[in-house]
Amino acid sequence: MDSKVKKRQLQQYIGFGILGACALFVVIILFIILYDIAVKGISTISWSFLSEPPRAGMTEGGILPAIIGTFFVTIITAVFSVPIGVGAAIYLSEYAQEGWLTRWIRASIRNLAGVPSIVYGLFGVALFVNTMSLGASILSAGLTLGLLTLPWIITTAEEAFQTVPKAYREGSLALGATPWQTIRRNVLPYAFPGILTGAILGISRAAGETAPILFTGVAFFLPQLPGSLTDQFMALPYHLYIMSTQHHAIEAVRPLAYGTALVLIILVFLLNLTAIILRYRLRKKYVR
Amino acid sequence: MKLRHLTDTFFRYLFLVAGVSAIGILFSIFIMLAINGLQTFADVSIAQFILSAQWNPSAFGEPSYGILALVASTFMVTVGAMIIAVPLGIGTAAYISEIAPSYIRETLKPVVEILAGIPSVVVGFFGIVFLGPLIADMFNLTSGLNALNGSILLAVMALPTIVSVSEDALRSVPKEFKEASYALGVNRWLTLIKITLPAASSGIVAAVMLGVGRAIGETMTVLMATGNALQMPGSFFDSVRTMTANIAIELGEVPFGTTHYYGLFAVGLVLFLMSLAVNITSEHFTKKYRWTRK
Repeated sequence: MDSKVKKRQLQQYIGFGILGACALFVVIILFIILYDIAVKGISTISWSFLSEPPRAGMTEGGILPAIIGTFFVTIITAVFSVPIGVGAAIYLSEYAQEGWLTRWIRASIRNLAGVPSIVYGLFGVALFVNTMSLGASILSAGLTLGLLTLPWIITTAEEAFQTVPKAYREGSLALGATPWQTIRRNVLPYAFPGILTGAILGISRAAGETAPILFTGVAFFLPQLPGSLTDQFMALPYHLYIMSTQHHAIEAVRPLAYGTALVLIILVFLLNLTAIILRYRLRKKYVR
Repeated sequence: MKLRHLTDTFFRYLFLVAGVSAIGILFSIFIMLAINGLQTFADVSIAQFILSAQWNPSAFGEPSYGILALVASTFMVTVGAMIIAVPLGIGTAAYISEIAPSYIRETLKPVVEILAGIPSVVVGFFGIVFLGPLIADMFNLTSGLNALNGSILLAVMALPTIVSVSEDALRSVPKEFKEASYALGVNRWLTLIKITLPAASSGIVAAVMLGVGRAIGETMTVLMATGNALQMPGSFFDSVRTMTANIAIELGEVPFGTTHYYGLFAVGLVLFLMSLAVNITSEHFTKKYRWTRK
């Protein structure tokens, strides 16, 4: 009896050890990736790396056009996907009744979230670049990324609406306000921090995407910054791809590639951090 | 009718349109892929497309459009990724939800989130500069850009999904199940193995399916780390080209409206249908575990 208990204890000890090792391994993976890129990328990053265009066949100089390009395309993504996404979330959370239409909308959103990013790229080429004749442009790429981000925005915004207590709605409706007045005055302000956080997180994912923009508007090298929505643009993720696989002197430009990778990671993390801080601050402001 | 009621009706329909747009987009993607993709079969027989391993659209005289090698490559790196990510992901999820003290849990969750936030192109870059040379060294290969490299990286990409969805499934197991087990004198380990994991199994299957979906659809990491040789994969040390990588490589260089152009949309259509099938399977299992929830 006693030995059986001991055996079981040993079993538990080993079992928990293995599971702990799994978790530790995941931490180590993340650490190795970040450490390798941070250590080798940090020496490349300087003010001139961030503020100059590439020079001498992209073997020298900086990444300014790529940073600006990513910035602009991300704004187009947000302008397109946030209003539609929040609108869809309002419908699902505030108006929709259970039924076939709602089920279909939800099923579509879940499936859209699983569509491979390169398929969004193909869709962007067929619809925006060719059918709508927008050409390979910052607009086509932004719209393509917007479609990719949409399911994420809808899901996070709907979650934000769900956290608003029912009583806030009922109080307003009981006083004779219409559903829209209720949403605008009593639901949206409270859901706003959650919506904003979700939107920024979605946008940060879009900023790091490469496959959807490959054929919808990103350019190998452009000396000047994009001047209009129909211009092509450089983007950080694509620049990293080029510098690490397509460049004619790959080994020589490795430091530049490391620097680009580090800037991209920092950009994504800064966006994430902004989202978290905004959520914290706005929550304190609105919810007492 | 008062103005505010008119406004209300207006917004109700506006939001309805936004909601319905999700259905519209999914169907437009399918129709756009089908319209373009199916034109391939004006020149190529469906049997050749599915059964031939020869993808050589630019061959002079007799171009061939067989996706078997591409599908096999996608399948291979996905299976490889799951062999790594499934045990690791479920183990991590079990540790986070059942064992870890709260302060470790609060550190592990952001770790998983940060891992999910790393752009795929950065993971691919890591495969080129770190993992590739490491694999080449370990196994005495000339190049470390192969199916093994791609599998490991895809495992990293799929891990956050598997961990967070599995953890959710484990946590949704009713407390009473565990308490009943403890009350019978069963220790925590056996309760986890015999009670909690089986009770969460459909949710865990859903998590794995979502991970499979990520691995199948991932483009940049495999494009950068697998070497992209067009061939039937023989071993994990072979260079492979997945469906996603093939589209990414060739779409830039094909003229609009050629059989080759349509052929890439046909590959995209196959990819779309696969991801749809994986998603629907995952959803089926998710429903099951939501049902067990009170």
